[in-house]
Amino acid sequence: MKLVIGLDGQSSGEKALEFAKSMAARMDSCELIVVYVIEWSPFSFQTAEENAQRHKRREEEIKVAMERVVNPAVKLLTDAGLTARAVVRHGDVADTIDEIAHSEGASQIIVARSSAGGFSTRIFGSSTANLVMNARVPVTVVA
Amino acid sequence: MNTIYKLFFTVAAFFAVAVPASAQEAVMTLDERVNSMFASSTGWFVSAIFAPIPGTSFPWIVMWLVIGASVFTIYFAFVQFRFFGHAIELVKGDYSDPNDAGEVSHFQALATALSGTVGLGNIAGVAVAVGIGGPGATFWMILAGLLGMASKFTECTLGVKYRNEYPDGSVSGGPMYYISKGFDELGLPGGKILAVLFSIFCILGALGGGNMFQANQAHAQITQITGDFPGWITGLIFAIVVFAVIVGGIKSIAKVTEKVVPFMGVLYVGAALIVLIVNYDQIGWAFGQIFAGAFTGLGVAGGLVGALIQGFKRAAFSNEAGVGSAAIAHSAVKTKEPITEGFVSLLEPLIDTVVICTMTALVITISGQLLWDETAGMYLLNDAGTAIATVGDTSGVALTSAAFGSAISWFPFVLAIAVILFAFSTMISWSYYGLKAWTYLFGEGKTTELVFKIIFCIFIVIGAAASLGPVIDFSDAAIFAMAVVNIFCLYFLMKVVRAELVSYSGRLKSGEIKKYQH
Repeated sequence: MKLVIGLDGQSSGEKALEFAKSMAARMDSCELIVVYVIEWSPFSFQTAEENAQRHKRREEEIKVAMERVVNPAVKLLTDAGLTARAVVRHGDVADTIDEIAHSEGASQIIVARSSAGGFSTRIFGSSTANLVMNARVPVTVVA
Repeated sequence: MNTIYKLFFTVAAFFAVAVPASAQEAVMTLDERVNSMFASSTGWFVSAIFAPIPGTSFPWIVMWLVIGASVFTIYFAFVQFRFFGHAIELVKGDYSDPNDAGEVSHFQALATALSGTVGLGNIAGVAVAVGIGGPGATFWMILAGLLGMASKFTECTLGVKYRNEYPDGSVSGGPMYYISKGFDELGLPGGKILAVLFSIFCILGALGGGNMFQANQAHAQITQITGDFPGWITGLIFAIVVFAVIVGGIKSIAKVTEKVVPFMGVLYVGAALIVLIVNYDQIGWAFGQIFAGAFTGLGVAGGLVGALIQGFKRAAFSNEAGVGSAAIAHSAVKTKEPITEGFVSLLEPLIDTVVICTMTALVITISGQLLWDETAGMYLLNDAGTAIATVGDTSGVALTSAAFGSAISWFPFVLAIAVILFAFSTMISWSYYGLKAWTYLFGEGKTTELVFKIIFCIFIVIGAAASLGPVIDFSDAAIFAMAVVNIFCLYFLMKVVRAELVSYSGRLKSGEIKKYQH
């Protein structure tokens, strides 16, 4: 059985992680995939200089996400004797988590409830809400 | 590098040659002094580039651009039409590997290149073309835009193929790289010298069309609204803001501009459409004027040839096809197939010239700003006989502004903001192109880069202070000088692009290259 855990780098993500951990501990064999998505769109506008530096920045962004968010989470899970691995991707958060879960054949996605609030969330919806509405894999939202 | 330094400064010294000091100058204003100094020091360069073909009044450089674009169109068997649909699919990301998410996409490379080209060429340049060459210039402009798609395809494919990728992950590309590396690969001599020559012209182009022309026309547009004041003031303000971005590294200003400019572009096209819809009954007449003017001249300055020259000149100036600048902007894309960026880039002259420039030309034509002599069935010329007489004697950006203003009274204010932003984003783009040429010559390093950036800012002030005539002449000359070297080299390198094209289209047909599921 495979579980995908979507982290957003906020403290609420820890709750999702704890939930997944306790769930996996009760199963015989379970693989955990910790996913962190760096919000990015191929249709944004950039200057020529930003484009020239883009590859370098991308590597840096992935490195930071690995070090600060994903690797500590994977370590927490493996220390508890579970099988876990990390995936860091650029893209739309909801679409990318769903895409990974779908292509990995995961049976469930676990995410924390939306940590952002305010004006833009009211208009565009949160990533969590978008994921719940559009995912092709069952989603558990941890409060 | 020392010899290159010397070479550059020799060229620079040529431009600074003896400025006649007369007693009159004492009473000249600062603007006038800048203007006369500038005109006298660049005149020889302008005349060399625009020298007519012996026995005719046709500038050889216009012929050079047309022949170049036609050769590429035929050599690649109308690639601009055959792969048009594929180009759209590439921009949509249908062929982008999801694992490359976060890298520069085809869309981003295209948008960046477009923000460097869509600008005053589309607003002011077209007005100059229509003002001098009449509506008929539009026909030749569209034709030049369509042919130019093939030039763009050729240079951008090479730009990606021969770019430099540095260990730190950053990239540098452009004609100077494909000329030197491509010539070496084919065993041709002189690649390095031609690359250096291109770089020198690219720096001049960056200072001319990418800088002075922008500052000049931005100032013209501002004075339309505020009333007249010295150009160096506008120049100084622009220079300070550009300095803050390119030297001070205040990315937020550039970021805001990059996001606002596309909306301004859409707003501009939207406003043009509104003007056209309001005057829908005249659209047929306007196209009639364009076609009739293209072949008969309708009494404009220089007649038929005048319309043709203006059309081709302004198209090349606006979409920069064959100039080589776009190859610098497009080279940062993430792709395993250099030719895919070539396909994407061919959309650029289409959007820039065939769509946006045509909009401007139609609006000017139907606005009635160009004075028409009903009895003679011809356009009236101004007193000097150099251009079509207009309501209020306007030219350049002021003519476009008046044309829009005749239909939407408040639009000149929006246009003023658009012009300032377009001018600004074009300056930022060209400061980068110029810098790439500069670092190609002098090597990368903080001090050498700073020297160029300061020169760039000084030229903004000069550009805003000088009058349109000398600025537009120098801007054209510098940009076309880039095309002289670039197109010459493309003739040698186009077989490399053809090999890529044959290989790629074969694999596309066989299904080896397929779309990704998104």
